[in-house]
Amino acid sequence: MVNDMSQLFWMCSIAGFLVFIIGIYGLLVTFNLIRAIIGLELLTKSVTLFLILAGYVTGQTGLAQALAITLIVIEVVVIAIAVGIVLCVFRHNRTIDAQLLRNIKG
Amino acid sequence: MVINIIILIALVTAALWTAMTTRLLRSAVGLAITSAILSILIFRLASPIAAVFELSVCAGLIFAIFIISITVTQRVTPEAFETRKKERMTKFWPLPIIVIIAAVVLTQIHFQTTFNLPAQTTPNDVKIILWNLRHLDLLGQIVILLTGAFGVVILFKEWKNG
Repeated sequence: MVNDMSQLFWMCSIAGFLVFIIGIYGLLVTFNLIRAIIGLELLTKSVTLFLILAGYVTGQTGLAQALAITLIVIEVVVIAIAVGIVLCVFRHNRTIDAQLLRNIKG
Repeated sequence: MVINIIILIALVTAALWTAMTTRLLRSAVGLAITSAILSILIFRLASPIAAVFELSVCAGLIFAIFIISITVTQRVTPEAFETRKKERMTKFWPLPIIVIIAAVVLTQIHFQTTFNLPAQTTPNDVKIILWNLRHLDLLGQIVILLTGAFGVVILFKEWKNG
């Protein structure tokens, strides 16, 4: 039982790490602002998985769910605001490629 | 255990497809699929309420937000699309290799722990925790939701006026 739990914890942790790596890579490599938001979203997926996994192995699923719900609410607001900002950037510059945005160049 | 491993592989594959696919729309669909697979995994990890939230909010609402934003932005020409496709291939070819190497290295580690933890002091019901013990979280959520709603209203109002 303990061995099974330990194995499940490690397998889920590996998947969480891999999704985190994919999110970080997507965030760093792309210049498209919507793709950057998608990368950010993948990072939060990984964090959600780690939260729920921690709750499962410690037996405190209630607390983990409460924290995960808070995380999801914050995530959706961040995404909505970020998409709104991207649309405003598109309206002003007719592009969402960060390389082509010269108006905020220092 | 086998089902969990299949779900985990599907989760990583969907995330990889989301990051690597050329079209934005496919990327948004990939993100929704990743959310749906994650919600199955969360359900299997004995957290049904968080799974419902993940499925309805992340796979539903966020997918809708992305679809709206993609339809509002400009579509690229076929020539520009081909150029971007080649650029993406050169940028993203190391990603599957990194993921496979990381997966192989991490699976070689034989992690073993007994999870000896102190006795649980709080109730294990999410409703009791959310409504009785973590008032501040709820207050924060309400403030953030209102901030988000006002922010979106202001941004779209500016869009409409422009």
